[in-house]
Amino acid sequence: MSDGSIIEVENLHKIYQMGRVGVPALRGVDLLVARGEFLTIVGPSGSGKSTLFHIIGGLTLPTSGQVRVAGQDLTAMTDSGRTLLRKHTVGFVFQRFNLLPNLTARDNIAVARHIAGMDNKPDPYFEEVLRLLGIAHRLDHKPNALSGGEQQRVAIARAVVNRPAILLADEPTGNLDTVNSAAVLDLLKNLNEEYGQTTLMITHNPDLAVYGHHTVHMCDGRIVERT
Amino acid sequence: MRSLLSFLLIGVPVTLILTLVGLTHGMIEDSQQRQRGSGADIVVRGTNAAAAINFSGATLSEAFVDFLQKQPHVEAAIGVLNHNIQLPLTITGIDLDRFTAMSGGFTYLEGGPFRRPDDMIIDRYYSAERRLHAGDTIMQLNRPWHVCGVVEGGKLSHIFVQLKVLQELDSSTGKLSQIFLKLDNPANTAAVIQALKEKLPEYPIYSMEELTSMINVNNIAGLREFTWVVVGIGVVIGFAVVCLSMYMAVLQRTREIGILKSLGGSNGFILGIIVVEAMLLGVGGTILGIVLSFGAKWLIHTFVPASIQMAIVPVWWPLALAITLASAMLGALYPGLRAAHHDPIEALAYE
Repeated sequence: MSDGSIIEVENLHKIYQMGRVGVPALRGVDLLVARGEFLTIVGPSGSGKSTLFHIIGGLTLPTSGQVRVAGQDLTAMTDSGRTLLRKHTVGFVFQRFNLLPNLTARDNIAVARHIAGMDNKPDPYFEEVLRLLGIAHRLDHKPNALSGGEQQRVAIARAVVNRPAILLADEPTGNLDTVNSAAVLDLLKNLNEEYGQTTLMITHNPDLAVYGHHTVHMCDGRIVERT
Repeated sequence: MRSLLSFLLIGVPVTLILTLVGLTHGMIEDSQQRQRGSGADIVVRGTNAAAAINFSGATLSEAFVDFLQKQPHVEAAIGVLNHNIQLPLTITGIDLDRFTAMSGGFTYLEGGPFRRPDDMIIDRYYSAERRLHAGDTIMQLNRPWHVCGVVEGGKLSHIFVQLKVLQELDSSTGKLSQIFLKLDNPANTAAVIQALKEKLPEYPIYSMEELTSMINVNNIAGLREFTWVVVGIGVVIGFAVVCLSMYMAVLQRTREIGILKSLGGSNGFILGIIVVEAMLLGVGGTILGIVLSFGAKWLIHTFVPASIQMAIVPVWWPLALAITLASAMLGALYPGLRAAHHDPIEALAYE
């Protein structure tokens, strides 16, 4: 494994138990991601992309193999340890935005700060992120009053507000039109370039791979190509 | 909507508890006030008078009145006869002139004093409850009575007839339930009681202060236990309502729980949210229950002002809140723990 890698995955297996039948989702994945890298992961549905994300993000445990994220061995972590990882080290952006529907955009972001134990003092970094995302004027609206593109930008703001070392974006443009998709991808790219945010982005659209420094192709639970 | 229903369902048992406590306090306060309204300083009861708030039975000889009247410092002595009709109401037989001398007399709102043997004086509460006025006829003790006067309440009883008439009806001629003594100076009460106890060692003799202090929850058989049974039912209902409500909330918000977990929300954080919401339901339900208890008091005061009295007992509000919060806490635990241990991936995929 590389010393410069923020994510180190070795021979990762994940089998989902469906009743008495074991369904393999990952079949021996090896992956290194350098600090500050923008990596796109492409592949068809069922190729194991989301499962890989969930394991790297500490949402679930692998069946076997090794995973180190920001120097921490996930396979040896307790549930509490993985909760801390999600709180401080990893930020998620989902295809369905996953904003809390009863809260305003501002409060959705504030929840993430609250969970991370951040105070409400003005944060120049956060103000700059809001400027970059172009949502400062929409913060007092609830999700149902925001367009899909605006919701996803709020979700990105929420994901990066605590300055996580890694941003995991799972099909972030899956529910957006082409204009908003381009805007969101540009934002992810800018965050990566301006703040050195390590970013992993899942997409099933190979054309979007151009936004990343590198691209990993997955199929049937394996990485079949890295470019 | 779910929260509003929960407030109501939590509020109802709170109202039940506060109403029961209010009834207990109200009826005790009413009884104490009416005893004090007699104007007496000392009460002498029959040798077999055991219960503090049972004033019926005719076990005292009328001859005691004259005997007691002659004792030092005794300014006036009157004997009364009580006849329970429908609990907690009692018809009290009095010698009106003597009672007037001791208590200061009735304030007549309608009609006037006894003129005929079948005359009955009622207070304004019984008048309101039975919609009776001076000149009306009422059946009691299996015979018709003529309401000759409606008086202000607070003096010994809600219903009065002439002592001799009631003694005859009860076959208790020459017998009394209680004798009230008024002293020349209330400061002599202890000394007079001491002297009377030496002369009448077998008779319960109380100062008015002692007697009214004996009229309390502890001296009403089973009332304290009954109160705690109602409190227990309130706890169970509150527990069930909160548990069901929060279980539904957890189901409805499975996806939100997944979102919070993806943001790093710990199990304790998720549990805390559920418990805090349950506590808020408990506080809201308690406030609603308190408001509803005022409604219960209004209903009771409007429809049965003589038979039942209800007091608002603010000292029980924090207790009701504590009981509700304890129920809410218990009720929130299972759904809260269930929410806290949701698998974040499954929760995020929940539709």
